[in-house]
Amino acid sequence: MNYWPLLGVAVVIAGFVRRDNPVLVVVAAGVVSGLAAGFSVPELLGLLGTSFVSNRALLLYALTLPAIGVLERAGLREHAARWIASLRGLTLARLLASYLLLRQVLSMLGLTNVAGQPQTVRPLLAPMSEATVELRGPPLGDADRQRVRAMAAATDNIGLFFGEDVFLALGAVLLIQGFYATHGIVLAPLAIALWALPTAIAAFVIHTLRVLLFERALNRRRAAAAGAESAHAED
Amino acid sequence: MLKIEYAYWLLAAFLAAAAWLNLRERRLAAAAFWAVLALLFGGGTAVLAADAAGNPLPARVAGVGVLLLAVLAPRMRRVQVEEVSPEMRLSSAMRLGHRLFLPALLIPGVTLLVAVLGGYLVADGHRLFAADQMALTGLALASLLAVLAALRLTHAPAPAAVREGRRLLDTLGWAALLPLVLAALGGVFTQSGVGQDIAHGVGLLIPVDNRLACVLAYGLGMVVFTVIMGNAFAAFPVITAGIGLPLLIELHGANPAIVGALGMLCGYCGTLLTPMAANFNIVPVALLELDSPYAVIRAQWPTALLLLVFNLVLMSALAFR
Repeated sequence: MNYWPLLGVAVVIAGFVRRDNPVLVVVAAGVVSGLAAGFSVPELLGLLGTSFVSNRALLLYALTLPAIGVLERAGLREHAARWIASLRGLTLARLLASYLLLRQVLSMLGLTNVAGQPQTVRPLLAPMSEATVELRGPPLGDADRQRVRAMAAATDNIGLFFGEDVFLALGAVLLIQGFYATHGIVLAPLAIALWALPTAIAAFVIHTLRVLLFERALNRRRAAAAGAESAHAED
Repeated sequence: MLKIEYAYWLLAAFLAAAAWLNLRERRLAAAAFWAVLALLFGGGTAVLAADAAGNPLPARVAGVGVLLLAVLAPRMRRVQVEEVSPEMRLSSAMRLGHRLFLPALLIPGVTLLVAVLGGYLVADGHRLFAADQMALTGLALASLLAVLAALRLTHAPAPAAVREGRRLLDTLGWAALLPLVLAALGGVFTQSGVGQDIAHGVGLLIPVDNRLACVLAYGLGMVVFTVIMGNAFAAFPVITAGIGLPLLIELHGANPAIVGALGMLCGYCGTLLTPMAANFNIVPVALLELDSPYAVIRAQWPTALLLLVFNLVLMSALAFR
């Protein structure tokens, strides 16, 4: 067995530790693994080229950027934030839990491209999340604002992953079925998708609890900061 | 018929425009980066067709293009591209109100319509949408309709679409490309046998007679390999062929449907933990203008670890009945 291709994995780890540019690290790792596996330079270039262009679909989300950009120029983020601020009963936890549920259900129906980081998180979910917090207090500090945005992004990822795997006709379930079929085990897609359902429910429960705790800690921190400030003002 | 290729060509045109705007501002590295990418997107279909027909040269040229992108990426500087002032955005927001949501909601709405109904739309006996990647074709069409609606609504001049799109593209910078190069790395790793090496090594390390040790090795193997590759789909065939199939299913008689479904979900937990899953964990850092590259991972690792434990417990409780 030739263990030298593992050098590529070492390159990835070393590159991330050294904080080199990730694009450079990843391409370098591919070159190292390929050469270690005994590919000639032209073969390796061909392999890199075909692997790259066969995965072009991964950049298609960039097509949404002009529309989002024009709407942002016209105040989309400001309006989303103002609108949420006018809904008195909406808390950060309620907003994120509703979004999580919606994202999971849509993904279970195979509608994974309907939402996403550029399509919905940046223009809508992130400013709305910030607004729910600022509704009940002073403007967010920079560190807290970043934490709220990151939590919005995390909620989108979790909703996507732990919904998509229950969908029958695409992606994970078909990959599992196809893998077993080539190894002589025949399974119905439904038999596989069913076993992803408990984890989908667990994902909703666990992440909703975490968002609740996150909001509570955030509010407590902001209340303490406000208290310190007003005490300071009385001096 | 609307095919996914049209979406790639549209994207190539957008990338070329971004390159041109950067060139005019003398940001040469960024200009060259987007230009090379535009060529790879415009010519991608031809490259694959030539490769399938037995002519490897275009694919090799594309490989050189990928190397060029890797060299250019560290030279790109993230700059603040000029934006409309906050006061103007706010007054426009107050004037347009909820109507601003309509073009934004066109993107999910039209994508949804095409994904659900696209297969039934037939004109003159031809399908309107090619079956291959129909949802993504729908996303491209939706983006186009949304930008037209946005321009009409805001009375912005048409070049504003390219200018504002390019502003966001330059905000993303090289992070936009990371998902693609990672997928390409997955292809190279698979061809080089990296996965078999890892699976083989794990088999040597654990007591294979112990059921629980096998469950842990399989589940954690999925996590570790997903963290390295950034993609659970890439990890699944490798780790299941190396550990799941021989040890869990054949040796201990585990139910393959349960092993497969929960093994994949262990991999998903790994996806939440790794900067290699760039489109989920690094692209939003750039999009949301966060300082730490690990901000999103930091927000999601507790959920990931709790779910991983849940999956492992479920697998050991259910798979052997």
